[in-house]
Amino acid sequence: MADILAVLYGEFMNYDIHNPLDESRDRLVLSKGHDCLGLYAALAEVGFITKQELKDNYLQDGGFLPTHPVKYVEKGIECSSGSLGMGLGFAIGEALAMKMKKIDNHIFVIMGDGECDEGSGWEAFIAAKQYKLDNIVLYIDKNGLQSDGAVADIMPINLAGALRELGWHVYEVDGHKVEAILEATNSALTNSDAPSVIIADTVKGKGVSFMENNNAWHHGHLSQEHYEQAMEELSHGNK
Amino acid sequence: MEINRIKTRTWSMLGARRTFGTIMDEYADEMDRLFVMSGDLASSSGLDRFVRNHPEKFLSAGIAEQNMVGIASGLAANGYKPFITSFSPFITGRVYDQVRMHLGYMHHDVKLVGLAAGIGVGIQGNSHFGLDDVALMRAIPGMTIVEPADCTEVVKAVRAVYEYDGPVYLRLIGEAGAPVVNTADYDYEIGKAITMREGADVAIVASGTMVYQSLQAAKLLAEKGIECKVINMHTIKPLDTEALGAIANYNLVVAIQEANVIGGLGSAVAEYFVQQSRAPQMMILGVNDCFPEAGKYKYMLAELGLDAEHIAEKIEAKLK
Repeated sequence: MADILAVLYGEFMNYDIHNPLDESRDRLVLSKGHDCLGLYAALAEVGFITKQELKDNYLQDGGFLPTHPVKYVEKGIECSSGSLGMGLGFAIGEALAMKMKKIDNHIFVIMGDGECDEGSGWEAFIAAKQYKLDNIVLYIDKNGLQSDGAVADIMPINLAGALRELGWHVYEVDGHKVEAILEATNSALTNSDAPSVIIADTVKGKGVSFMENNNAWHHGHLSQEHYEQAMEELSHGNK
Repeated sequence: MEINRIKTRTWSMLGARRTFGTIMDEYADEMDRLFVMSGDLASSSGLDRFVRNHPEKFLSAGIAEQNMVGIASGLAANGYKPFITSFSPFITGRVYDQVRMHLGYMHHDVKLVGLAAGIGVGIQGNSHFGLDDVALMRAIPGMTIVEPADCTEVVKAVRAVYEYDGPVYLRLIGEAGAPVVNTADYDYEIGKAITMREGADVAIVASGTMVYQSLQAAKLLAEKGIECKVINMHTIKPLDTEALGAIANYNLVVAIQEANVIGGLGSAVAEYFVQQSRAPQMMILGVNDCFPEAGKYKYMLAELGLDAEHIAEKIEAKLK
């Protein structure tokens, strides 16, 4: 998901950290709230959150950055999430509001493939198409793992086929190839009459050898030793 | 809006739901932030004319209430005041987690409109009864719960709920041809209870349909020399504790609501009193923690002991 966030905040999203409430800003709704560590890092990178605030608040008693996001628009967090399958419905409301206000912007949403088990997500998949919300671009972080194991074992879904059938513009990309995400997003932004979904094939824990595809790291905490190894591998572009 | 006898009679004939829809149509032009959605129950919400006259302010969510709450939340986050309707169990219980996250946690200004709460749908049965809706909504921090006593109060409440900042559950109750409690205009303020009748022996705190039944019960009891004060506690949350403080010295306080006795108005009133230095004896009347057998509304009220005669009998027995 970090690569998707890098593309969104680095290239596409229109935001102003000095005017965070600007009505015409693009929105990012992190539906898979448990992935907020990535979001917090991105928000710190672009300046919504200072590095000191990150240190003072992330997982700190009473801090504003617990392990599931709490809405704080001034800090770039558009929506409280963590209860799965709710982000896209919220994004539909935002997208409708933008259309009614004639604001030409985009609502970006990130869901997980495991999260797609939730029925409320499918209510939203159907409605986003019915309302012709071409100002929504959804990313599905398809890492193939969910809490209890492999998506393929627990509740496999042909997401691309299903969403195509529902009338979405569907892209399937390598979720770690930045150029591929860029290209698909560029194309998605020109679509009309229907929302777009970019299904990103990803590897959980990408770039850190001991984390890759290892569900033990779904809620893992790094030791100093692990941290140093991870940073070493990431800085060398470990494959 | 002028309120007169002809209007109160007309609204009463329409019932709470169609009064709601009719009045939304009349108010729509002056409510510039209004947006209305329904879970495929626009017609059942009396919204046919609203949909025809204000298509730009209406959207059907289909039979997908969870998504409807999310959409309304997204609209509210951008300055709209969405009213969303479905039968009371579907706009509270079915969507509880969405309401908890969007209206509770994020405190988004969405108005849930629960149709035919209590046993209002009669013969349709328990799938459509709203008996635990009050308990559920009370448990969410920051929720306001409003339950009009008659159709005129629906009109007053719709305006007040629109102007109110914050999430609200508007509990519409009673069938078409509902009794009239308020025949003339009066002051209505969310959170401020209304004393409907004075009496020194018993204080009855009622909401919704039970305000009328309580007033009738008070008349029956007066014939036997028992004088009841009747309070219309139209806002279940936040509770008007000032009004409750004023009845703390009564020998008996009776709380009545067309809802399960667990978690409803009675619980709210009891929770207040048990924490005071002096608490009156209380009686909580409602649906007695069961799934009642379906039947016509009046039949059910009698079976559940929630019509005036039964309420009067129970109060009289308690005083003996």
